[in-house]
Amino acid sequence: MPKLKLNLEIWRQKNPEAQGSFEPYQLSDIDDDISFLEMLDLLNEQLIKSGKAPVEFDSDCREGICGSCGVIINGQAHGPLQATTTCQLYMRHFGDGDTIIIEPWRSKAFPVIRDLVVDRSAFDRIIAAGGYVSTKTGPHPDANSHLIPKPVADQAMDNATCIGCGACVAACPNASASLFTAAKISHLGLLPQGNPERSKRVFRMVQKMDLEGFGNCTNIGECRAACPKEISIDTIAQMRRDYVQALKE
Amino acid sequence: MNLDSKIPSGDLSEKWSNHKGSIKLVNPANKRKHTVLVVGSGLAGASAAASLAELGYNVKCFCIQDSPRRAHSIAAQGGINSTKNYPNDGDSVYRLFYDTIKGGDFRSREANVYRLAELSSNIIDQCAAQGVPFAREYSGELANRSFGGAQVSRTFYARGQTGQQLLLGAYQALMRMVDAGKVEMYSRREMLDLVMIDGKARGIICRNLTTGAMERYAGDSVLLATGGYGRVFFLSTNAFNSNCTASWRAHKRGALFANPCFTQIHPTCIPVSGDHQSKLTLMSESLRNDGRVWVPKRKEDASKPPSQISEDARDYFLERKYPSFGNLVPRDVASRNNKEVCDEGRGVGTSGYAVYLDFKDAIQRDGLQTIKEKYGNLFEIYDKITNENPYQTPMRIYPAIHYTMGGLWVDYNLMSNIPGLHVLGEANFSDHGANRLGASALMQGLCDGYFVIPYTLGHYIASTPLPAVDTQHPAFADAENSVRSEIQKLLTVGKTGKKTVLEFYRELGHLMWDHVGMARNEKGLKTVIQKVQGLREEFWNEVLIPGEATEFNKNLEMAGRVADFLELGELMAADALNRSESCGGHFREESQTPEGEALRDDENFCYVAAWGYTGQNKPETLNKEDLHFESIKLSQRSYK
Ligand SMILES: Cc1cc2nc3c(=O)[nH]c(=O)nc-3n(C[C@H](O)[C@H](O)[C@H](O)COP(=O)(O)OP(=O)(O)OC[C@H]3O[C@@H](n4cnc5c(N)ncnc54)[C@H](O)[C@@H]3O)c2cc1C
Ligand code: SF4
Ligand code: FES
Repeated sequence: MPKLKLNLEIWRQKNPEAQGSFEPYQLSDIDDDISFLEMLDLLNEQLIKSGKAPVEFDSDCREGICGSCGVIINGQAHGPLQATTTCQLYMRHFGDGDTIIIEPWRSKAFPVIRDLVVDRSAFDRIIAAGGYVSTKTGPHPDANSHLIPKPVADQAMDNATCIGCGACVAACPNASASLFTAAKISHLGLLPQGNPERSKRVFRMVQKMDLEGFGNCTNIGECRAACPKEISIDTIAQMRRDYVQALKE
Repeated sequence: MNLDSKIPSGDLSEKWSNHKGSIKLVNPANKRKHTVLVVGSGLAGASAAASLAELGYNVKCFCIQDSPRRAHSIAAQGGINSTKNYPNDGDSVYRLFYDTIKGGDFRSREANVYRLAELSSNIIDQCAAQGVPFAREYSGELANRSFGGAQVSRTFYARGQTGQQLLLGAYQALMRMVDAGKVEMYSRREMLDLVMIDGKARGIICRNLTTGAMERYAGDSVLLATGGYGRVFFLSTNAFNSNCTASWRAHKRGALFANPCFTQIHPTCIPVSGDHQSKLTLMSESLRNDGRVWVPKRKEDASKPPSQISEDARDYFLERKYPSFGNLVPRDVASRNNKEVCDEGRGVGTSGYAVYLDFKDAIQRDGLQTIKEKYGNLFEIYDKITNENPYQTPMRIYPAIHYTMGGLWVDYNLMSNIPGLHVLGEANFSDHGANRLGASALMQGLCDGYFVIPYTLGHYIASTPLPAVDTQHPAFADAENSVRSEIQKLLTVGKTGKKTVLEFYRELGHLMWDHVGMARNEKGLKTVIQKVQGLREEFWNEVLIPGEATEFNKNLEMAGRVADFLELGELMAADALNRSESCGGHFREESQTPEGEALRDDENFCYVAAWGYTGQNKPETLNKEDLHFESIKLSQRSYK
C-alpha cells in the first residue's frame, strides 16, 4: 500500500479572541486508504504524545451525512473532490510529498471557536425563521391524501438533502448563505404541505439571513461547486422569484 | 427491587386507548408552569421536545453536536416501518407486532410492542404533514420496500437518507418551537450528571463544550433521549461522538440498566481495513432487497476476483439455508451466517473477512437506472471508501456493531425506576428484545417522542407533587462538585499519563468485539471481565489528556466517555455471562440448536435483566422483570 509523506500547514487559533496563525507539521508513513480526518487523528495522537495541543476539528458521522465536518483544503471547501465532504475524502487523492493547507470556514457569520472549529448556529436561526411547516403533532389526514407527482417529490428530495455543512458560505466570495437557505425554501415550497406558508417563509428567512451577517448573492456559483450534496443553483433563482412575489403580497 | 412495568390491564389491542383514557391530564394553563429538560435531539429527543412545547410546556433541549440537526439519527439510511398496508400484501397491526416480537426472539414486552405497531401508521401521517419527502410511485402515492424479518413490504423511505429526512422533519418542528419561544436550545452541551431531589429527577449538570463552563438546569422531569452505546466496541456504525455517558451517570444515580448484553451486529457493513480506522460504515439492509449474498463454494476460490468465479461455483448461502426469507433473514441470523462462512475459510477480500453482496441480477432485471434511484447514494459512499464501483463488481461486506437493544429500564410510561426520569429512543431497552428488526428504530424513536411521552409525561406531572426547585438547591452543588472532581481527577492523571484516550478506546473496543461480540462463551466472558477491570485501572493511572477543563477540549470530552464505557463494558460482559441462553443477537456458544441457530431457554431466562449500581468497582445487583406472553405462543424462531 502506498505510504505518504505530507507537509501540513494548519490554522491554529486558541479561542475566538486569539490571533490565529498557520503552523507547519510533518507527517510520514501515512497509508493512502485512510480518510482525511483519520490522518488528522493520527497527527493529533502525535501532538498529544509530544505534549502539544491537538488540532481541534468537528466531525461526527464520518460518512458525509451529518454536516459536522468541513475545512478548507488548499483553498477549496471540503477539498479537491466534487460532491464529497471532508470526512469522505481519502488520502489516496493526495500525492507523496504534497503540501496541504488546512483552514477553518472563513465568514463573519461563522466565528472561529478553536482551530478548525467554527460556530454555525446562524444556520439554526435561519431555519427557526420559518424553515418548517407549521403543523402540530397529532392526528393528520392519511399520508396518501396528498398525491405528489414523482418528479416533484424527487426534486423536493434533491433540495432536502442539504446537510447544513456551511461549505457554500465558506466558498462564496461574499460569504452568502443563499444556497443553504434556498435549498430549504425550495424543498418546502415544492410540496403541497409547504405551499400555504411559502411567501411568509421566504420573506422571513431571507431577512434573517441578512441580519445574521451573511453577504449577498452575486451569481458567482462557487457555492454549487463546493456543495457536497450538489444542491442546484436554480434553487437560488426560485428563492428570488418567491421573494419578489412575497414583497408584492 | 420490585419492578412494576405498569402495563395496563385489558385486552392487548385496547390497553393503550384505555390507558390514554384513564391517565391524568394537565390543563393548558398549568402546562405553562412546568419545565421539561430533554437531553438529546435525535428522532426521540427532537420529536418529544417539539411535541411537549406545542402542548405548552417550557422545554429546554440539549445536544452535544453544534446543532440539533446533527444527532446520530441523521445517519439512518434504509427506512421506517409502518402498518399502512398500501401495497395490500396482508400487513396489519397484529402482523407488525408479531414480526417484531419474533424478531426480538421473544424477549420484549408484548404491550409495548403492540402499542408501537398501533401507532406506526400515525408516524407516517405526521412526517408527511411536515413535508418529509418520502419516496413516491408514479401515481404520486408513497412507495414501500422490504426489510429483514418480514414477508410484507412495509418500509417507507427517502432514498438512502430516511433518517436524515425524518430527523430534519423533527428538527424543523423543534426550531419552530424555538421560534415560538417555547423551546430553549442548548447545543454543544454534555450532560454529565443527573440531579435528584427528594428521590425525583429534578435537574442536570452540563459541561458547556465551547467554554468548558459547568451549567445547572432545573426542571420537573428529565427526558433522556441520548441514543445507544454501540461505541463501547470503538469500531461501529455509530457516529464518532455517540456515547453512554448520560445513561451511565443516571445509572450511577440509581436508574436500572436493562439487558446491556443485547447488542446488534449488522450484517452489511464495509469491512475493517487497516489499524487507523475511526468508524465503520453501514450499507443499508434495504440493499438485501435486491442484492444477493454469496461466497465461493470452495475455499480455493476465495482469493480469485469475483468475475472469475462461475455461477455454479458460488454459494448463495442465505437463499440456500433459509428459502422462505432468503437474503432478508433478520440481522442476527445473517450476521452469524456471514461469520460462519468466513470462519470456514470461504471469506473474500484481503482479510478473508468479507462476503459478497451482488447486484448483477438486479441490474439485469430492473435496469441500471432503477437501481441507481433506489440506492445511488449508498453505492457512492461505498465507492468513495473502497475505491471500487459496486455497479460493476460486487460489494464486499462484513458484520459490524450497529445498535444496542439494551438501555435504561423503563415502564410502560417510558419512566425509569427513578421518578421523573423518562428515557426515550435507543437509550431505553423497551421494544426490541434481543434483536431489533430493520426499520424499527426510527419508528420507535418517533413513536416515543411524538405519541407516547406527550401523554405519559402529563400523567406524571399531574399526579406528582413537584414543589418548585431552583439551581441553588444543595443537590445541584453536590452534583456539580462531583462532576468537577471527576474531571479534575482525569486531568491530574492526564498531565503525566502515557497512553492517549484513543489508544485506550481502541483497546477496549478490541476486547469487547473479541469476547462480547458476535459469539460469546463462559470462558471468554470471564476473561474479558478481568481484562476490562485491568484496563480501567490502567486508564485511571496512565491516561494522557491534553489541555484544560476550561477550554474547548475534545480529548477531555472523549476521556469522560471512555471512562464510562470502561465501566459499562464490564456490566455488558457480566450480563452476557449471567444469560447462559442464546437469544437474538446474544449468541452463547454453549446454547445452540443442532443447525447452529440460537437456542433460547424460556424456562430460566424469560425475563428482563435490570441491573442496579452498587458502587465503584462493586458487582451490580440483578433485578428481574418476568416477561408474560398472553397473545403469542413462545416458539423456536425459524426463518427456513
Ligand atoms: C448508520 C446507521 C443506519 C441506521 N439506519 C436505520 C434505518 O434505516 N432504520 C431504522 O429504523 N434505524 C436505523 N438505525 C438506527 C437508528 O438510526 C437509531 O437507533 C436512532 O436514530 C436513535 O435515535 P435516538 O433519538 O434514540 O438517538 P440519537 O439520534 O443517537 O440522538 C442522541 C442525541 O443525544 C445527544 N446526547 C448524547 N449524549 C448526550 C449527553 N451526555 N448530553 C447531551 N446530549 C447528549 C446527542 O447529541 C444527540 O442529539 C441506523 C443506525 C445507524 C448507526
Ligand atoms: S447547500 Fe450544500 S454546501 Fe451549503 S450547507 Fe447545504 S450541503 Fe452544505
Ligand atoms: S462528519 Fe458527518 S458529514 Fe462529515
